[in-house]
Amino acid sequence: MQPGKIVVENLYKVFGDHPQEAIDLLKQGMSKDEILAEKGAVIGVSNVSFSVEEGEIFVLMGLSGSGKSTLIRLINRLIEPSAGDVFIDGQNVAKLPKDQLIELRRRDMSMVFQSFALMPSRSVLDNAAFGLEVAGMNRREREERAMAVLRQVGLDTFADKFPHELSGGMQQRVGLARALAVDPSMIIMDEAFSALDPLKRREMQDILLELQKTHRRTIIFVSHDIEEAMRIGNRIGIMEGGRLVQVGTPQELIDNPANSYVRNFFETVDTSRYLTAGQLMADSVPLYVDTGEAPDAQQVCQDLQNQDKRYAFVVDEDNNFRGSISLEQLALMVDGGQTCSLDQEVLNQVDPAPEDLPLSEVIERLVDNDGPLPVVDGDGRYSGAISKGGVLSRLQGDGA
Amino acid sequence: MSEKILDLGSWVNDAVEHLLENYGGVFDTLGSGVSAFSEAVENVLMLPPAWLLIAIFVALGLWRIGIRFAIFTAVAMVLIVLTGFWEQTVVTLGLTFSATLISLLLGIPLGIWAARNERVAIVIRPMLDFMQTMPAFVYLIPAAMLFGLGRVPGIFATVIFAMPPAVRLTSLGIRQVNKEIVEAGQSFGCNSRQLLFKVQLPNAMPSIMAGVNQTIMMALSMVIIASMVGAGGLGNDVLASIQRLDIGLGFESGMAVVLLAIILDRITESFGTTRTNTRKARFYGWVSSRLRLQRS
Repeated sequence: MQPGKIVVENLYKVFGDHPQEAIDLLKQGMSKDEILAEKGAVIGVSNVSFSVEEGEIFVLMGLSGSGKSTLIRLINRLIEPSAGDVFIDGQNVAKLPKDQLIELRRRDMSMVFQSFALMPSRSVLDNAAFGLEVAGMNRREREERAMAVLRQVGLDTFADKFPHELSGGMQQRVGLARALAVDPSMIIMDEAFSALDPLKRREMQDILLELQKTHRRTIIFVSHDIEEAMRIGNRIGIMEGGRLVQVGTPQELIDNPANSYVRNFFETVDTSRYLTAGQLMADSVPLYVDTGEAPDAQQVCQDLQNQDKRYAFVVDEDNNFRGSISLEQLALMVDGGQTCSLDQEVLNQVDPAPEDLPLSEVIERLVDNDGPLPVVDGDGRYSGAISKGGVLSRLQGDGA
Repeated sequence: MSEKILDLGSWVNDAVEHLLENYGGVFDTLGSGVSAFSEAVENVLMLPPAWLLIAIFVALGLWRIGIRFAIFTAVAMVLIVLTGFWEQTVVTLGLTFSATLISLLLGIPLGIWAARNERVAIVIRPMLDFMQTMPAFVYLIPAAMLFGLGRVPGIFATVIFAMPPAVRLTSLGIRQVNKEIVEAGQSFGCNSRQLLFKVQLPNAMPSIMAGVNQTIMMALSMVIIASMVGAGGLGNDVLASIQRLDIGLGFESGMAVVLLAIILDRITESFGTTRTNTRKARFYGWVSSRLRLQRS
C-alpha cells in the first residue's frame, strides 16, 4: 500500500463523559440519536478512515453539524480524538506527546479559519509573521519572510495596516499568508472562503490554485459549497452525521453517488459542465471494418439510407479509427459506378476525441465539423460517436 | 429583633481572635510591608509641587482623550487647590494607587487562573460575591483588629472591596477571546505560556482595562470610607463634616472626591477602548491638517 501524506484510520470523537462506552455501542450498530438519548453522548466523528496524497487538495463536504470541522481539528489535534489514529508522514499525531505536537504544528502544518482569526492588535505584517514568531525566529528574519508571503498574496503594500482596516477578502489573504509563512507541507482550511462574497471567493480560489502550481502542498479544505469543492478539489469526501459517506473525484461522485444524500449535493450543480466525451458517446453511427476488401458501395449506401444515417465510420481490424464517409460521398460513388473503396484517400479525416474531453470542447468540435464526432479510448481505439442531436437530448435530459 | 438560634457572629469573633493570638506576627510583617509600600507611593506623589502634578494629569488627559478633557482636568484640580483640599487629595490619591496596585497584582493573576481552570473559577466565584456585596464598613472592624488603626487596615479593606472586578473582568476577557483566534494560536504551535501572552491577554485587554478602571473607582470610594479607621486623606474631611453636620465642608470635600473620580475614570477608561493605531492616526491627521492650514 502506498502510504499517503495524511492517513486517518478508524477515527472517533465522542463529546460526553464515557466516550469508550459510546464507541462500543456504535460498533454494536446503535445509531447516533439512540446513543444521545441513552448516554447523553454526542457523536462528533464516527469511524472515519481516509487518506490524502502528497500535494493533493482534499475537500471535505457536508451539511453543518456533519462533523467536518471536528474532523479536521482531530487531524491537528485542536480536539483530542476519542479513538483511532491520524498519521502524518507516518507519524501518529493522535499519540504524539505534547511537546512534539507543538513542534509539528510549528514546523509542518498550519490552518486557515472561516472567521479569519487574525489578531486585531497586530499589524498585517505581525499577523503574517505570527507562526514564525511563535517558533522563535528573530524579528528581522521573520519579517523578511512574512513580507515575502504577503507579496505572494498581493498585500505587501498593506503590511503596516491593521486587520480592521482591510476588507474581508484582504483579511483572509492575510490569513493565508500567515499559513504560508511557516512554509508547511500541509494546510488545513476550515471553510476558509465561506465568509466571502462569491466574487472574492472565486478570486481566493484562484490565488490558492495559483500557489499550488508553484509549490504543491497537501491541503485539506472544508467547504459546504459544492461548486467550490468541484473547482479546487482533486478529491471530495462527503460527510453525513459524523461518518464519511463517500470519497472520490468530483466525476466519480456525480457518476456513482453512494446514496441520495450525496446525490442531493450535486442536484443544484449544473453537472453537464462536467460531462465528458466518454459519457456523451453512443453507438449511433454505423461502423465498417476495413478488411482490405472493398465492400459494395451500393450496399453501404442502402444500409445508411435504411438506418436513416448520413455518415459511416471506418476502423481497421484492430479497431483503430480510420475516418468517416458521408452518404453524399457514397451516392456520388454509386452514380459514378465505382466500387466502394474505403481507402484513406476517400475517407474524411476527422480528429477523434479522447474520452475525457470535456463537454465544452466537444461542442466546439461538433460546431467545426459537419458530421458526428468519433471518440477513442486511451489506446486510440474507437469507442463510440457523438452526434449533435445526441448532445442536445442529453443536455435536455440533465436539465429536466 | 427575632430570636437568635444560630450564633454565627460569635464564631467569626472567635476566628479573628484565634488569628490574632496565633498569627499576630504574620499580620505585623504583612502590615509593615504594606505600610512601607503605601508610604513610598504617597511620598512620590508628594514630591513634586502641586502645579507639576496638575501638569502631569493635564498632559495625560490631552494625550489620551483631548483638549476639552485637558481643560476640565486643569480647572478641576485648580479648584481643589483653591478650596484648600490639595494635600488631602494627594493622600487619597496615594491610598487609591497603593490599594489599586495591590488589587491588580493579586486580581489579574487570579483572574487568569480562574479563566484557565474551571475548578478555580467555581471556588473563587462565591468568594468574589462575598467580597463585593458584604457592606464595606464591615471589613474595617477585623482589619483594624488585625492591623491596628491607620493606613494599613484601610488599604487592606480597600483591596478586598476593589479586587473582585479585576479578577472577574480578567477572567471574563480571557474566556471571551474569539474561539478561532485561540485555535489559531494553538494551531501555529503556541505553548501555553505563548498562548497566554501572545493571544489571550492581548485580545482580552479591553476587558482587563475595564477591570482596572472599575478597581480604581471602587478603591477610591472605599478609601474615603476607610478614614473611619484612620486611613486619612479626603475621607477625614468627609467624616468630620458628618460628625459636625457641616454641610459646606461636606460639599467641598465631597466635590474633591467626585472631581478626582472623574479624572481617574476617564483617563483609565481611555486605555481600554481606543487602540494605539487609531489614536496615532488621529494625531497624524490633526498635525497634517494644521500644516495644510498654515500653508494655505
